Amino acid sequence: MDNGSFFIYLMVLAGSTYLIRAIPFAAMRRKVKNSFVRSFLYYIPYTVLSAMTFPAALYATGNVTAAAVGLAVAVVFAVLGMGLTVVAVASSVAVFLAELVINACIF
Amino acid sequence: MNRFIKGLKGGIPIGLGYLSVSFTFGIFTVSQGFAWWQAVLISLTTVTSAGQLAGVGVMARGGSLAEMLISQLTINLRYSFMSVSLSQKVSEEFSGIKRWLLGFFMTDEIFATASGEKEVDSVYFSGLSVMPYIGWGIGTLLGSLLGNVLPQSLMNALCIAIYGMFVAIVAPVAKANIKVLAVVGIAVALSLAFYYLPFLSGVSDGLAISVCAVAAALAGALVFPVKEEESDG
Repeated sequence: MDNGSFFIYLMVLAGSTYLIRAIPFAAMRRKVKNSFVRSFLYYIPYTVLSAMTFPAALYATGNVTAAAVGLAVAVVFAVLGMGLTVVAVASSVAVFLAELVINACIF
Repeated sequence: MNRFIKGLKGGIPIGLGYLSVSFTFGIFTVSQGFAWWQAVLISLTTVTSAGQLAGVGVMARGGSLAEMLISQLTINLRYSFMSVSLSQKVSEEFSGIKRWLLGFFMTDEIFATASGEKEVDSVYFSGLSVMPYIGWGIGTLLGSLLGNVLPQSLMNALCIAIYGMFVAIVAPVAKANIKVLAVVGIAVALSLAFYYLPFLSGVSDGLAISVCAVAAALAGALVFPVKEEESDG
């Protein structure tokens, strides 16, 4: 692809992504009073993150079982109140070890 | 300054998580015939995971600009809801041009971390954006230059990190608040339906996430409205 078309594509890609983030952020100047809308906005972060995690995380690694082990470890560590970094590292280590064990069992 | 440092620290785990995700993006983009600097430029101007992957797909097969626009709008619709949600938590001074500038950094993880604050000021939000942005750029650079030098087992393990972070954000709140737990349950059930039911699985991942998140939050607002002081927290 020539550079000209690349930059036109990039403008649409980056521009639309920017505007969809910035316009609502800049436009919402007042605090929402309506309790229904407030409740909706309160729940949004949690529903977005959960919908992104399940079931996509199960297919993020090479092996569904290993990913499930990693997710289970993440849930346990998070419920125990560990911070973001600890949970992220623990789930990665769990996936690594689980894949080792699974591969050892196959061969 | 303290607020900036606090944000900076909050962004460290996000930046680390982004390293691995953008590393994979770098590998993928170069494998589609792009130069390393193009991959890095896409990451530094766009800063989104699913949208960039889809965007590279459209470019690689020479799709139309309309196709590019529609894919980005559906995949990234969720950011609009996040922006509106966070706009309710920002401090008085975080307005006007600051919102236009910092809105650029409204990623899933930066939004989620900022949402955990009682009030979000522009200094904290700036600090919070630094490490994720650097991680996203460096990861893309390394992935596109080094390609598959990391062993597959390590790459696999790193790919779960970002989901581990999501779990770490949601689980403590869901444990303390049964309403959040119920709403999360609805979102997960819907997401599973979109993934596994044949007539729904054709919907793009980005749009499916937006639909699931909005439907579950609407259900939550209808059945379990939150009190004023809860939604401030």
